[in-house]
Amino acid sequence: MHGVVAEALSVGLLVLVLASAVARPWGLPEAVVAVPAAALLVGTGAIPLADAQAEAARLGPVIGFLAAVLVLAQLCEDEGVFQACGAWMARSASGRSKRLLVGVFVAASVITAVLSLDATVVLLTPVVFATAARLGARPKPHVFACTHLSNTASLLLPVSNLTNLLAFAASGLSFIRFAALMALPWLAAIAAEFVVFRRFFATDLAAGAEADRTARPAPEVPVFALVTLAGTLAGFAVASAAGINPAWAALTGAVVLAVRALAQRRTTPVQIGRAAAAPFLAFVLSLGIVVRAVVDNGLDGALGHLIPDGTGLPALLGLALLAAVLANLINNLPAVLVLLPLTAPSGAGAVLAVLLGVNIGPNLTYAGSLATLLWRRIVQHHDHDVDLGEFTRLALLTVPAALLLSVTALWSALHLIGT
Amino acid sequence: MAVIVWIVEGIWSAAIDAARTRTPQDADIVLLHITDPDTADAAHGAYAGLLGRQRPERDPGTRMKNLAATSAEQLLRAAADRLGRPCTQIQRVGRPEEHVLAAAEGADLLIVTRDGDRSHLGPKSLTPPSRFVLDHAPCPILLLWPEPAPDRRRGPVDLPPG
Repeated sequence: MHGVVAEALSVGLLVLVLASAVARPWGLPEAVVAVPAAALLVGTGAIPLADAQAEAARLGPVIGFLAAVLVLAQLCEDEGVFQACGAWMARSASGRSKRLLVGVFVAASVITAVLSLDATVVLLTPVVFATAARLGARPKPHVFACTHLSNTASLLLPVSNLTNLLAFAASGLSFIRFAALMALPWLAAIAAEFVVFRRFFATDLAAGAEADRTARPAPEVPVFALVTLAGTLAGFAVASAAGINPAWAALTGAVVLAVRALAQRRTTPVQIGRAAAAPFLAFVLSLGIVVRAVVDNGLDGALGHLIPDGTGLPALLGLALLAAVLANLINNLPAVLVLLPLTAPSGAGAVLAVLLGVNIGPNLTYAGSLATLLWRRIVQHHDHDVDLGEFTRLALLTVPAALLLSVTALWSALHLIGT
Repeated sequence: MAVIVWIVEGIWSAAIDAARTRTPQDADIVLLHITDPDTADAAHGAYAGLLGRQRPERDPGTRMKNLAATSAEQLLRAAADRLGRPCTQIQRVGRPEEHVLAAAEGADLLIVTRDGDRSHLGPKSLTPPSRFVLDHAPCPILLLWPEPAPDRRRGPVDLPPG
């Protein structure tokens, strides 16, 4: 197929895949459009079969890893980890809204890092809201902290974000080195968020809260789940040191919790299968093939000259900025798929800078990305006007600060630790 | 006498006590709570950002909307219990100033509690929405400190003692 035609077809299908993933016509799973789109590109020769197979082989283990983490998070929820987290936040707040915010920052940062941003968005945010409501604290700073940290605090480990898993596979770094290089940027970005939140929400936080008045007993600490999680984390380090894919550690952790939950009849194989989100995994695989076609048929040449060379501080800042802009235009998942093949040749430092951009950047637009499309969809679903003013003002303060600080921290870490 | 009591998390008990002690026994009391939809919207938005993983039944924004409704109900019930008199409970979702002003139309008294920084006397002790209500309410307003007012020497400008 002629290059221009192939590129036009690939771009058209990418737009279709992304638009239907956002709009989800008739509530159909995203894969319903993405899988045929990928098949069409292979069928018409817009992407050679061998390249599509190579892409699938590259993404396969990443997707398996993600499935294990999704199941792990859901089983932790079933074990009561998030309820216990809420009780801990309420207790440590001891009736003060400012202390509750500290607890929320700690919980959201750790949960995002260990169980991925999906866990924070879907499972932790409602618990934080309920905790704030129970204490009579104004929920806004705490809930906004959760949504912001689900992005900003997803820098630390390869498992924290699907974008990280993709970059981890492309970077050639070990699990431990990835975490070591990203520890400083992770802390810097969280610190930037915290300072801005404390000032931005000073009035709401000063309004205070009450000690927990509900007389209900504290939930039991889910010791088994926490020990399994700790074991899984240790497993990541051990597997990485032994040269084994750390996905096996995640799988082991998920299996341990699943066997226990099944034995106690608290879950069913169907529920576990649903937590693994098979249609989503098929969507990611197909999206990867479609993006590969877009990149190979000409986007690499067009974007190539926009990619800064080298791993000096200005180049890293440029990469992070480009990634942040792209993440806001087309969502961070396709953005990282587009940028990885273009930046991987520059080395792991460049790949990690892209990650900082695609992970922190989505806080800039309401809903994270695909600004306009999502925006319309949200408005349709609501019976009131959505007020963007406060959200955007907060984003304009946090995103540039977090990006600048974390990229500088990455640059320092690259010099201190090396790749 | 129609009295509107604006119920806000954390500071509502002062408003209820004032309604009990400063209005006649036969006053027509309305307890009004407004839920700010911003938090549920933020959760909706964050969930929408998880491209490819959205299932309507897992949307945290929807769960929070329901939680907010329950929590507002409990808050109003606790306030009504503390009041210990017949009253009307109203729950609204939206911009607080708009709903308070709409409710205050035709009322004889609106009871508002300072909801900003209460460590100092001064304009910051009111958030912008309550400031707006103060400036635009068509009826008399009773404005309260949720607890004894801070020392007046700790105002925005230090006043001389005495």
